[in-house]
Amino acid sequence: MTIIKEVKGRGITVPGADLDTDRIIPARFLKEISFENMGNYLFYDVRFEADQTPKQHPLNDIKYLGASVMIVGRNFGCGSSREHAPQAIHRFGINALIGESFAEIFSGNCKAIGVPLFTASKAVLDDISKIIEADPSLELHLDIEKKQLTLNQKTYSLTIADSHRESFLKGYWNVLTLLKENTKKIKETSNNLNY
Amino acid sequence: MAKNTLYNKIWGAHKVDTLPTGQDQIFIGLHLIHEVTTPQAFSGMKERGASVGYPQRTFATVDHIIPTIKQLQRPYQDTQAEIMSKALEDNIEGTGIQFFKPGSGKQGIVHVIGPELGLTRPGMTIACGDSHTSTHGAFGSLGFGIGTTEVGLVLETQTLALNPFKVRRINFNGTLTNGLFAKDVILKIIQQLGVKGGIGHAYEFGGDVFDAMSMDERMTVCNMSIEGGARIGYVNPDQTTFDYINGREYAPKGDAFNEAVENWKATASGSDAQYDDTVTYHTDDLSPMVTWGVTPGQSVGVVDNLPALNSYSEDDRKVAESAYEYMQFKPETPIKGKKIDVAFIGSCTNSRLSDIREAAKVLEGRKVNPNVQAIVVPGSEQIKEAAEKEGLHEIFKAAGAEWREAGCSMCLAMNPDKLEGDQVCASTSNRNFMGRQGSPTGRTLLMSPAMAAAAACEGAVVDVREVLK
Ligand code: SF4
Repeated sequence: MTIIKEVKGRGITVPGADLDTDRIIPARFLKEISFENMGNYLFYDVRFEADQTPKQHPLNDIKYLGASVMIVGRNFGCGSSREHAPQAIHRFGINALIGESFAEIFSGNCKAIGVPLFTASKAVLDDISKIIEADPSLELHLDIEKKQLTLNQKTYSLTIADSHRESFLKGYWNVLTLLKENTKKIKETSNNLNY
Repeated sequence: MAKNTLYNKIWGAHKVDTLPTGQDQIFIGLHLIHEVTTPQAFSGMKERGASVGYPQRTFATVDHIIPTIKQLQRPYQDTQAEIMSKALEDNIEGTGIQFFKPGSGKQGIVHVIGPELGLTRPGMTIACGDSHTSTHGAFGSLGFGIGTTEVGLVLETQTLALNPFKVRRINFNGTLTNGLFAKDVILKIIQQLGVKGGIGHAYEFGGDVFDAMSMDERMTVCNMSIEGGARIGYVNPDQTTFDYINGREYAPKGDAFNEAVENWKATASGSDAQYDDTVTYHTDDLSPMVTWGVTPGQSVGVVDNLPALNSYSEDDRKVAESAYEYMQFKPETPIKGKKIDVAFIGSCTNSRLSDIREAAKVLEGRKVNPNVQAIVVPGSEQIKEAAEKEGLHEIFKAAGAEWREAGCSMCLAMNPDKLEGDQVCASTSNRNFMGRQGSPTGRTLLMSPAMAAAAACEGAVVDVREVLK
């Protein structure tokens, strides 16, 4: 069980509301039977022309190279249940996201692979984005226990779902072990069903 | 907090335990799997040396990646499709999971075949690595989409760790008159409540309109709950539900059926049920709905103009602006008359027999516009056969539309059916996201099957009520 208490790293902002999983990773890349290469396809059609020339996009911007905390807008990750989306984000090098709000299945998928999601108001997010843009070399320090971000000597309080916070702090985000402990109760529940 | 709703009853019956994380461990009554979201789950299990815990509760099909022409010819021309299909076959081999393979007469889109085979029943929890699992809520079950890691959890333990939901009751009153369909109802609801309005919620749909709906129609609505942010959408089971299930292959038979009906009745929300909130709409304000933008919430009635930019709040305006730019449409212009290049009738939203009949009604005696490619893709092998028995395929062919084999097809274009360039598609599917239909610049207008068929003939968006007059 891996405990995750904090995430540290440089930041990058990917602006826009309702960024759906088809945009995070277009369906044609879902044909691979492993998640291994998914990081290469992150936001592919937004980042590259049909002939693969890079477009202007924060993820193509050299000054954000190596960033590991992503700042996003509202309803991020809406759309399909494809875990390829958080896998692509994580494998690209992102270890935590801060956004206005996240779609539900996406949020569960992120927890399941050990990527904490925090929410904050638009004003706070704009503030953070401005600081990062002015100096992309600054390190963000996300503290899961305290539910806060420290950046450039400033501290912001953030929100994280209680169950997710518990899961990271106790190492239960990989929930399989917990679920397996209840084998007997699972059997009982199954036997009582009447459809 | 919601009390005594169908949601509360089913959740209670499937709750195994409260976990130290505060989440509930919930038993999954029915697990449906397909080729795209499972390979990594099976390889994970293999690495752990684990086996499938309750194989009799999992059923498999192929739908996303298979071609809709010459489906039975293997290997597929697309090697990735071949590898993926083969992976599913190999992964299932020896597990005891039942597989409805192409040519078995039972293959089809996962959310179409579950109900059709009698696997989907009231009172169940149903999970699938696909967000449109909400479809199954039409039967008074709790169906929801999960990610691949979670597919692995269900395969191994038949349970998931979940946060409880809030329940919103959505009443729709009135009647659906000629030219109005279930698709219009759900597009209206999403337009009103927004694409994230349902986050954290299960939607309970009810009211006159739902009481009068067929199971096909209820499935269309529940299917798109997730487009409104609600992972679960359901309708309380009633006689329409029981009549649909009666006699289906996997449904209980004889006395067992009658006994089951009593249990199913008991899972419906009580008359004293309490909801977290309630909203009510009426068909008086409804006209056939068409999306103009890049989220399923960006829609208008076919009689309306596209929204003015200043009708949005500052935040939403940016979203609307980028949608207009992508769609190459101008604010305040009519949706009617917008040219289309492709019409796609299919997907787990609208590929059932009744949908295909509605499309055929419009296309009978008419011709698809020579500038339009129209494809009709039944949701399952059973539907294909039933439609052909009624001669519907002949109507499509005579009209100049293509009649295909069952699958997801151009809904997400993981198979050879794709838009090209910035083509505009009148589509009966559920998502109009940028690039969704296979071309990074392709454009999608969501609408009902009758509206899509009418648009195919006209070569542009029309009001089907005028066509059918
Ligand atoms: S038809 Fe479309 S939405 Fe439905 S399961 Fe297939 S790809 Fe998903």
